[in-house]
Amino acid sequence: MGLAVFDQARTASRVGRVRLNGSWQAVARKDLLATSLPWRALAYLVTGAVVGVVVLASLVVSLTAGALLTVFLVGVPLLAVPVVAAVPLGALERRRLRIMGAEPAPSPHRPAGRGPRGWLGTRLREQATWRALAYTGLLAVVLGPVELIAVTYGLVVPLVMICAPISVAEAGHIVLLKFWPLDSLTEAFAAALLGVAVLVAAAYPITALATAHALLARLLLTPGKAEPGERLAELTRSRSRLVEAFEVERRRIERDLHDGAQQRLVALTMTLGLAKVSPPAEAAELVARAHQEAKLALAEIRDLIRGIHPRILADRGLPAAVAELADRSPVPVEVDVAVPRLPEAVESVAYFVVSEGLANVAKHSGAEQARVRGRLDGRLLTVEIRDDGVGGADVTAGTGLAGLADRVSAVEGRLMLSSPPGGPTLLRAEIECLPALP
Amino acid sequence: MPAGPSLTVVIAEDGVLLREGLATLLARFGHRVAATAGDAEALVKAVEEHAPDIVVTDVRMPPGFSDEGLRAAVALRAAHPGLAVLVLSQYVEQTYATELLDSGDGTGVGYLLKDRIGEVEEFVDALTTVAGGGTVVDPEVVRQLLRRRRDPLRRLTPREREVLALMAEGRSNAAIARALVVSEAVVGKHIGNILAKLDLPPDEDAHRRVLAVVAFLRG
Repeated sequence: MGLAVFDQARTASRVGRVRLNGSWQAVARKDLLATSLPWRALAYLVTGAVVGVVVLASLVVSLTAGALLTVFLVGVPLLAVPVVAAVPLGALERRRLRIMGAEPAPSPHRPAGRGPRGWLGTRLREQATWRALAYTGLLAVVLGPVELIAVTYGLVVPLVMICAPISVAEAGHIVLLKFWPLDSLTEAFAAALLGVAVLVAAAYPITALATAHALLARLLLTPGKAEPGERLAELTRSRSRLVEAFEVERRRIERDLHDGAQQRLVALTMTLGLAKVSPPAEAAELVARAHQEAKLALAEIRDLIRGIHPRILADRGLPAAVAELADRSPVPVEVDVAVPRLPEAVESVAYFVVSEGLANVAKHSGAEQARVRGRLDGRLLTVEIRDDGVGGADVTAGTGLAGLADRVSAVEGRLMLSSPPGGPTLLRAEIECLPALP
Repeated sequence: MPAGPSLTVVIAEDGVLLREGLATLLARFGHRVAATAGDAEALVKAVEEHAPDIVVTDVRMPPGFSDEGLRAAVALRAAHPGLAVLVLSQYVEQTYATELLDSGDGTGVGYLLKDRIGEVEEFVDALTTVAGGGTVVDPEVVRQLLRRRRDPLRRLTPREREVLALMAEGRSNAAIARALVVSEAVVGKHIGNILAKLDLPPDEDAHRRVLAVVAFLRG
């Protein structure tokens, strides 16, 4: 089981196809050269070539050493190194995907068990790891070398040609690229012009190659739709569902007020009314009871207000508000939230994800420890709540998580859940936003 | 504690706190709480079983938390003519008040905000009035009604409007006199003037008079 994005799996393939078509359409655009895409493609290929060479070298070393040492048994673990290393390489490659586009590339890996053993156990049993290994092999053997050649012919060769006039002016006579003798500046300028033409023409194959690489990386390194429990789907942002979500929220507030504070206040006035017509001794007792009821009503209103919009969130932002939530949680929570002030709506939704997540941890997980992590990477806010409990959280059971998904979608975000039976559970929200202006 | 006639009461209210509080309160004023119910179904059953003088019910109750209590009250009045019903509501809903006043002949009904329970003596008075076939309308409802029929009411003096509001709430001449700190004779004179100005038939029966006033205000 991996991260399941709410809610309809079948939209995934459509989204994938649109994305794919979009990429190729971008390459075929007439004004491609006016966009930043060729430059980004170039950057993607240059870094890709470097990564490919490093990976190839490491693979050769570890496999050779492993094969040689297998005789002494110590080599066997060395053979597993590529498998393990494929996971962080996948993470690096997902980060590198951002060069090619802003679309987030979520990790396909499910949260790992505790300790190195737990981590290895989880990783070796999931398909995503083996896909990452396949990608590693492809990168080292095919993509890396091909990109090295592409960068050489698409960038280095034309640059050398463009620089020909300088070389000729200095040396008087050169053999350009070891096969083209140039004796005069006129010839050199002709070569330079040709170099510019090659550079411009190379933009297209370079962009195409980078696009193909990015698509392949996306295919192998992000969650696929067909994996068991690993449904990736954009949330259907239906207006009616959003309206419904807010309506449900309003009803909840109204119900809470009606059942809680208002009920207590009516009882309180009744008790005081009785005290007014009672003999002094009895009245004192009734007033004491009324006092107690008033305090309970206050506490209930306080809780309710905190549930609507906590003061600390408005005043101090997400890190402080989450820390406060963690303090109130019966399960120990490790908080690692480092984000700036964000738009109010985003902060509010992120807060409720944590609030609901921790409430679920306390109610259902049986966990001994929970962790909340929040980061703003570029424009993507990621909030994660993980626990070491029994797992098995279900989106379809109860309205909590589904309602939460609606709230997250209201700010154009996505909510993901991974909770295999036996645990652990990871709840993640991703919301695109910019830091709030101070 | 004032000792009036002891009434047999059935209480329907889903909030435990309020339900028990009401039962205690009514018991202290010498009434017999035959049964308490947490939802409309239990209310109907309790009425069948105990044949109470009066039912006190919340508008909103399980399972739907909309107007189950009110609908049960209207149905009970249809099934048991003469059964007095006092409906308690968290909010003033003109529609609820109207439906209630239209059930049966409009006598022996009351519609009060829950806030009024705090004035325990007035609340128990209202209960007694309704059980005795009177009509009790929450001051808030009356206030809204008075706003609605602004034109004909301009013919009244401010004092007469005050008296009219208290009449619409279902108060007796004596209660109006107490509230305004005047003599009953003065109240009687005001009432005569009001009825004349609004073209309402003079009626000695207080219950029927309330209904006439409320009917007039509802337009």
